[in-house]
Amino acid sequence: MGEFKVHRVRFFGYMPSGIRCMSFNERAERLALGRLDGTLEIFNFKDSFYQEKVIPGNDSRSVEAVCWVAERLFTAGLNGEITEYDLENLCPKYSLDAFGGPIWTVACNAQGTHLAVGCEDGSIKLFEILPEKIRFERNLDRQKGRVLSLSWHESGTRIAAGMLDMIRIFDVQSGHATHRMLVDRGVSGMRNHECVVWCVAFLSDLTVISTDSSGKVQVWNAAMGILSSTHLVSKSDVLSLAVSKDESSFVVGTSEGTVVQFQFLANILGGDEKAWVRTKTFKPHTHDVRALAEIGTAVVSGGLDTQLVVRPLLDKVDIMSYDNVLHKIHFPHRSLVSCAQKAGMLLFQFPAQLEVWRLGESEGRGEFCLGTREKWIPFQGEDHISCSAISPCGGWLAYSTVSSLRVYRLQCDEHVSISKVPKLPKVLRSAHQLSFSDDSSKLFAASTHSMVHVISLSQSECKHLHTFKPKSGSTEPVHLLAASKDGKWLAAANRGCEIHIYNLHKLKPHCTVPIYGSCPTAMGIHPTSNNLLMVHADRQIFEYSIVEKQYTDWSRRVQREGLHKLWLERDTPVTHVTFNPRNAAQFMLHDTYMFCIIDQSLPLPDNKCQFYNQITLKSLSEQERLSHAHAFKMCTKYQHLLFLGLLDDESLVVVQRPLTDIASQLPAPVRLKKFAT
Amino acid sequence: MVASAEVRVARCGGSRINFIEPIITLDSRFLLCASGDAVHVYSTSTEERVHVLQGHVDLVTGLRLNSSNHLQVYSCSLDGTVKLWDFTDGILIKTYIVGHKIFSLYVSKFHEGTVFIILPMESSANTEAFQLVALHLPKTTGPEVEARDILSVLRDVSPIPKATSFGRGGEFVASASGLQLSVYFFRKQKTYRFSLKANDKKGARNRFTCVASHPNDDCIATGHEDGKIRLWRNFSQKKEYTYSTEHWHHSAVNALHFTPEGTELLSGGVESVLVLWRYGAGSKKDFVPRLGSAIEHISVSPDGSLYCTSHKDNKIVVMKSSRDISAIIQGLVKGETIRTDLLIDPRTKALVCNGKPGHLQFFSLRHDKQLYNLDIVQQEYIHEAGLHQCEVTKAAIDAQGSWLATVEERQENPEELDIILKLWAYDESTQSFHLNTSISMAHEGQISAMCFSGDAEATMLVTTGRDGHFKAWLLADHPDAQGEGASWSCDYVGSYHRREPTRCCFSADGSLLAVGFGEVVTVWSPSTWELLVTFSQPPGDIRDLCFGRLSCSKYLLGTTTKNLLCCWNLLTCSLEWSSTVDVILLQPDPLSENMAAFSRASGSTDLFVFKPSEPRPLFSQKAVCSGTVRRAVFAPREEVLEGCDESTQWLSCSRLYFLTEHMELMTFSTKSEEDQIIASSKQLVIDDSVAVTPFYLLLGKHRKSQRETQDSVSSHTAARIQLPQGSPAIRELLHTPAHVLPSASFLCNMFVNSLLISKSGVREDGRCREEEMGSEEEEEAEEQESEGEMEASVSAQGPAVQGFQTEPTPQLSKAQERELRKLQKADFSWLSSLLDS
Repeated sequence: MGEFKVHRVRFFGYMPSGIRCMSFNERAERLALGRLDGTLEIFNFKDSFYQEKVIPGNDSRSVEAVCWVAERLFTAGLNGEITEYDLENLCPKYSLDAFGGPIWTVACNAQGTHLAVGCEDGSIKLFEILPEKIRFERNLDRQKGRVLSLSWHESGTRIAAGMLDMIRIFDVQSGHATHRMLVDRGVSGMRNHECVVWCVAFLSDLTVISTDSSGKVQVWNAAMGILSSTHLVSKSDVLSLAVSKDESSFVVGTSEGTVVQFQFLANILGGDEKAWVRTKTFKPHTHDVRALAEIGTAVVSGGLDTQLVVRPLLDKVDIMSYDNVLHKIHFPHRSLVSCAQKAGMLLFQFPAQLEVWRLGESEGRGEFCLGTREKWIPFQGEDHISCSAISPCGGWLAYSTVSSLRVYRLQCDEHVSISKVPKLPKVLRSAHQLSFSDDSSKLFAASTHSMVHVISLSQSECKHLHTFKPKSGSTEPVHLLAASKDGKWLAAANRGCEIHIYNLHKLKPHCTVPIYGSCPTAMGIHPTSNNLLMVHADRQIFEYSIVEKQYTDWSRRVQREGLHKLWLERDTPVTHVTFNPRNAAQFMLHDTYMFCIIDQSLPLPDNKCQFYNQITLKSLSEQERLSHAHAFKMCTKYQHLLFLGLLDDESLVVVQRPLTDIASQLPAPVRLKKFAT
Repeated sequence: MVASAEVRVARCGGSRINFIEPIITLDSRFLLCASGDAVHVYSTSTEERVHVLQGHVDLVTGLRLNSSNHLQVYSCSLDGTVKLWDFTDGILIKTYIVGHKIFSLYVSKFHEGTVFIILPMESSANTEAFQLVALHLPKTTGPEVEARDILSVLRDVSPIPKATSFGRGGEFVASASGLQLSVYFFRKQKTYRFSLKANDKKGARNRFTCVASHPNDDCIATGHEDGKIRLWRNFSQKKEYTYSTEHWHHSAVNALHFTPEGTELLSGGVESVLVLWRYGAGSKKDFVPRLGSAIEHISVSPDGSLYCTSHKDNKIVVMKSSRDISAIIQGLVKGETIRTDLLIDPRTKALVCNGKPGHLQFFSLRHDKQLYNLDIVQQEYIHEAGLHQCEVTKAAIDAQGSWLATVEERQENPEELDIILKLWAYDESTQSFHLNTSISMAHEGQISAMCFSGDAEATMLVTTGRDGHFKAWLLADHPDAQGEGASWSCDYVGSYHRREPTRCCFSADGSLLAVGFGEVVTVWSPSTWELLVTFSQPPGDIRDLCFGRLSCSKYLLGTTTKNLLCCWNLLTCSLEWSSTVDVILLQPDPLSENMAAFSRASGSTDLFVFKPSEPRPLFSQKAVCSGTVRRAVFAPREEVLEGCDESTQWLSCSRLYFLTEHMELMTFSTKSEEDQIIASSKQLVIDDSVAVTPFYLLLGKHRKSQRETQDSVSSHTAARIQLPQGSPAIRELLHTPAHVLPSASFLCNMFVNSLLISKSGVREDGRCREEEMGSEEEEEAEEQESEGEMEASVSAQGPAVQGFQTEPTPQLSKAQERELRKLQKADFSWLSSLLDS
């Protein structure tokens, strides 16, 4: 197998941002997630919870609430604006000021015709949804006190609004409040504090559920305006609420990190008299649970501890499968690290800055790699960085935001000096993905409408050579780019699962890889054979011969024999492919919890054989070892991997970000009494 | 000689009253609990035992009120019968013979004529498997019915009664076993099974401990080993069942019970705290703390006004729903082990032994009731696993019952031993023991034996210690201690060749002291402390030593560890006889020459009763119990048992009690004795249409006297039968329900009139009275003769006390009956004098 010198890097201070809100689109099975830094992420729940799209945030824009209207996505924030997004170009489409001060909540009616927003000044504003934009329609009766939560009744004629110390039911037609339901402030010590109704949900049987800052979950009868039951869930706030589609259960999230499920159960089995009963309690988080969604078979929760947890409801699950186990998503499903193989430099991408590090030498075996932070590039402007790349020679650096793209020249001697390339071709306005060719002479920038611009880089100038357009006419953004070592081929994968191969010599599209139903998460072109290796979100591996325009024999064998069950059940997607220069039959994959060397010359494991067999193999003799060996060599020594790549001196770079480091940077959680302490 | 069928090993008082859940009757007046082979009926307000329902011949394992008649109760037992009782009168109504061991019993209001019982699974080699079956009770008349109509309901259930519960309206039954909860729906005839994982990542232990069902809602509460309570709902779905979890208890939940309205869920465990969870209000809860000992069972009265908890220390606490404790019923406290010997307090005839930690309990065997606890250690008891507690290891009472000696021991590690010898004097004024002397480190090592001399004038205590000495302690006046009175001090320290003394024993008159040093028995004269003689019978160390009594007082008996029972003659100083028996316990009867020897034989224990002077045993019984016998004691009877034949003669003046390996107190009962009990209960049953109250006695006296004189043929009294009974006024008074009775003034007139008619009967009764007096005197004389002077004093003071205690107890002992009769006489003379005037 060979030995590698490992640079174990732990100096990437990546810090994900806390989750603020989420909204689940039933039809498309996509979850939109808003983070505290304004980033929007879209997860495809059909495709192994793959993080499909990321819309970088903006310092001036906060996301307080997110709302799907059919396939359109709206957010509202404390800057008082409602924003619609362009999901193809991954940027805001337009913003509209509601003129009501900061917006706390946005809700769409079941018919998809109106948006209601709740503002700081106590007004609830209705916006009509038009095909291309939204238009302010009218205000409901203005009240005193901010509106923190809104929920439409299914019929679209009533709105429940959670405010300070009260819940109001509005009649949409007249705009008047029909009921005013006062929420108890809770325990005596909290009498002076206002009770904030964090969430309301209007059920079709005119029941309103509210959660508030005194730890109560209350069920109200909105027809009569009376309280039907109170459940004390927490000593601190209950911050989030999500009702299941069939309205038979709801979940609430507390600031203690617990998620409590309530179910609408008959008192007598088979009887008609039903009541909301508190049933299960989970503790998926350590901090505030700010966002919740109940998606039929699972509860999705997110909070200030930055992780997204998909917890299956086992009573609704028929067959145990990959989709029905607990998932915790800590890291983005794209690479934030790029590596200059020849120069031994790493580029780390932060939302508002870039860091260039030069790898040093570690003193002894197993020591962590030392690095020197060469350059810190703070970013001017409000938009966050969407992608970045460093050239293999370490001489060029490029990054892009939603609005601009910049290329820098790096001078590597004792210290790295940086200079901005002044004149860029006009076509380079922004990019979804950036990549350099192996000889660092070309920059590939994936732009809008799946276009890929090829820019030749030289000391004197940057010249736009060509723009490839996909034949399919797809407009989905490109998220992966791979150039061959010999500089002849370029593969581009977009979110529509298409992979196009372009000939860089002829500057012509070469072919399209047959579309597979799952989105590719990592790909690479083999340095010698020019075979394109692709790993998809469902962890299937394909190898496609670019020259022959067909799948290779090995790929066909993989498809025929199938991959091992344990491989298919791995929790996180493969984010990077590297080829072993010493052995053409070997390539390396990594996900968050392991890296794996796949040897194409060895037989594939079948479901019966032991998958993680390294320890067993160690104990066997040479002859037996051969008979037991299979293609997958797993290494779980390095956990929480953000990047794993090979340098040109054939040493391995492992970039880790331990979760404990992330947890230590989080604010202190709500203090809980622990038994026997 | 051979164990006859006439003598049987029986559970006697002191059985576990916390073995199964107690039940409270519909009117909340009585509390029923199983105690060994019997069912006890207690009054919930006075803690007094009202009835003992005897009839089962093995452990009672289940007790439920008859749902169709709330004055009846079903009980089941390991003897394979289900019995139906009338608990207000204590009558056995019916016996259903099932023929298998029954482990638990359930009654559902909606299954008329059927009870549910848990039986071992038939046709399976696995004896650990149990099934819940429905037992149809045949409607045939007759006291004993074979009930064979069995329908299996649930298989693989737990035999523990609290692991099964019937749900709302008897629609379903839920039973937990191990990690599985099974719910069977009677209407659908379908079983749902829900499993939990044995433990999860957080170390939860999910094994089920108990189950309770909500009375109105379809909700099942289960208790778990790690202290969690789960509330299961929607359990008619295979997958969409759901449960919520509450966690307060830090270790296993021992008991769960819903209140009859379903508004509260009560739970209890080792914390000795009763937790009251509000149903439907999440984790809102109230506590009743400091209940003294771990809660084993919880039950609630049908009207919800009384809660009742059974505790590990054999105690039942009855509390009102306002959480005020209204009654505490305390049985014999039995821990895991017993360190002290069983003793009999000569004053109260109570059994004295270890009770609560650091206490001695005085337990009345006759009334099956704890008299009081004596705090020996006088330290706060802290419950914590692994904490070394101060334990009472030895106790002795002198023959008069005026001195009590106790030894308490605490050993943190082998080097640090803490021993305190305490001597307690009986205080007549407070009727209890008071600490007189406390001697710390009386011996350098552990105290291995301790005994008082039988001498009445100068009480002497001898202790033997592991330090190789035996010490004699005497009560001595200290002139320097002002006002303190006499205290105990060491009089003599003896040793023998640096051997370790193991046992000591005084002869009955206190003139000789025998101390066993290893394999040598030394006999000393306590007056001069002269070593009189030594006996030795190697090999084997002395295990037990005792002197013969009465006519056999010339003998000294000893048992050795090498299976030898020796009898030495003290006059000839030689070995009289010896026999190779592995005697583990030798116990002399203080009232006769008899000795009881328990010997170990292949997993069980045999008993021999013998006189040292006679070569053949009086009585022997193989396998009196499985395992070894821990302790035994002879307790004197209140009255000599009559009608004993040769084989039961040894039981005539005292009873032999012993503690088995499982801490069960057992005794030997003769057939004639049992017959008497049954006869007396039957006799009472016949005419027991009215509660026995003094008022009743006053009125019903005529009837009674008539019945008694009927035997001694008298024709003229036969004509008088009708008089009180036949009087329509009296009958009306007694039989008409209270709410339809006319006013008292009207009745009074009628009542007095009815008595006036009976004037001629007074004379007759006067004659009867004389007769009775005569017989009573005879009986008393007999008693005095047989039981000695001690007993006489008791019987003399007894009537005075009992005269005020004419409780409505239909089950009267002979003595009580006599007292009632006496009262009857007194009352009547007073009334007749009134009438005369």
